[in-house]
Amino acid sequence: MNSLDNEHISFEKVSYTYPEADQRALCDISVTVPRGQYVVLMGSNGAGKTTFCRLLNGVNPHSTGGMLQGTVRVAGLDTKLHRVAELSQKVGLVLEDPEAQLFTGSVKSEVVFGAENLGIERGELADRLQRSLKAVCLEDLMDRVPTALSGGQKQRLAIASVIAMYPEILVLDEPVSQLDPAGCNEVFSVIRELNKKYGLTIIMAAHQSEEIARFCDRILVFAQGRIIGDGSPREIFANKKILTEASIREPQVTALARYLGKKGIQTQGVPVTIEEMEQYLLELWP
Amino acid sequence: MPQPIIEIENIDYYYRGRIKALENISITICENEIVSLIGQNGSGKTTLLKNLLGLLKPSRGRILIDGTDTREARVSELAVIAGLVLQNPDRQIFAETVEKEIAFGPQNLKFPAEEVDRRVEESMKTVGIEQFAHAFPLSLSKGDRAKVIIASVLAMNPRVIVLDEPTTGQDDHGCIQIMETVRELHRKGRTIILATHNMQLVARYSQRTIVLRGGKVLLDGPTREVLARTEILGKTSILPPQIVQLAQSLEKKKGLSFQAVTVEELGEEIIAALNASSH
Repeated sequence: MNSLDNEHISFEKVSYTYPEADQRALCDISVTVPRGQYVVLMGSNGAGKTTFCRLLNGVNPHSTGGMLQGTVRVAGLDTKLHRVAELSQKVGLVLEDPEAQLFTGSVKSEVVFGAENLGIERGELADRLQRSLKAVCLEDLMDRVPTALSGGQKQRLAIASVIAMYPEILVLDEPVSQLDPAGCNEVFSVIRELNKKYGLTIIMAAHQSEEIARFCDRILVFAQGRIIGDGSPREIFANKKILTEASIREPQVTALARYLGKKGIQTQGVPVTIEEMEQYLLELWP
Repeated sequence: MPQPIIEIENIDYYYRGRIKALENISITICENEIVSLIGQNGSGKTTLLKNLLGLLKPSRGRILIDGTDTREARVSELAVIAGLVLQNPDRQIFAETVEKEIAFGPQNLKFPAEEVDRRVEESMKTVGIEQFAHAFPLSLSKGDRAKVIIASVLAMNPRVIVLDEPTTGQDDHGCIQIMETVRELHRKGRTIILATHNMQLVARYSQRTIVLRGGKVLLDGPTREVLARTEILGKTSILPPQIVQLAQSLEKKKGLSFQAVTVEELGEEIIAALNASSH
């Protein structure tokens, strides 16, 4: 179990080429993620984040039909050797557009659809339904029609339908890009809970630097199909070269520290949250 | 004396005659203002923008765009006064080449060929995409595709440009490209209305901010002042940019007062405050 915990996800020299493409979308990626880590993928559009996400549940290569070189292992399974249906029980994938993921007439049926298709019996289904809705704070909306929900509620519903499969890993590809501030907060809050309270390993592609800096364990920076940065939020956001190369915006407080630094005022360390910056600034005051 | 170019007079809007989406909205926007419109989804932002362009007509009250009553004008007549850029450029792009995309509007206004060409040239130059004239628009990067739409709106030469969440799904570089283009258009005299969730953009680019909630105007004033009304913004789950939150927290702890809404502004105010307290 130990090596599985250290390598809940592992990419070994992975390259991926979509059919008919003349260049690789991912080039020679090797990375491991331990169980329970909250990892964020950052980088410009087209850098390889979505390709990476879809390798985790087998959509790449099984559904897209491209060429996979190297080995992707999730929760001990080699994705080349297992179907998407099997991998979906270990890895849940949530996409950017809530509308594109919901297709049934009620919140209830949306959540149980996947589990039902696994032949899981009624009692267990009811249990999974309750727990999944509770985890995303939608218990009160069980009989609603999905189209009547707000963006944030829809996205939480998409998450619930995926976690009802009881996966160990949750992958989210830009889950809040289409949401308003309230929806954003709701969804990020649910993701944090799923990680901290339920122990899910999280892989999330996102741009929202302030939230990322505050809550995630590790950032993988993508540029042109490669990983050019791998570290804590502090390490990554302090690295101007990587930020520029990957077109990533640092949190405002980090930018402020950099601005002050250029004008001769150095903070003790690199702040990535409001609290840290406040502390450093108060230290500077005579 | 800046002239009003948009006059929204006590409008209501009901969907299907029953669902109230806008209530008693009165807003006057003068020429060359750059205004942000913020609010949660469902607050009425998009409904208001559609009313501005005459795509919807108010159920009560009226809207004058450059003196023209939207209820009495056709959408095509209003399109030359106010242009709309949506959040997903791919939903507006349809032509085989960038040139054809941009030429479409003026061609439909039946301008002579030389005038169409002139407008296409100028629009591409203004946004910086001349090198893509013959390119297939969907092959361009996301940021460039957004610029193509902005250029095609510009070719109609509207005095007002309305952008609905233009930086959604853009990476940092794309965001900056789009907003710098918008800023340039503003500098050159256009009136800009920007609907966005991105508070950092609101702070950096707009002089005035209007907050909608439940179809009504919650706040309307200089951006600086609006972003400072934390309690009211909180009622609609809007947080000011991180830099403003930091400034407000520092104010409480040091008994100082900060006006800053951007990184550079707060940087300068902190430097000034540190210098002042060491003397």
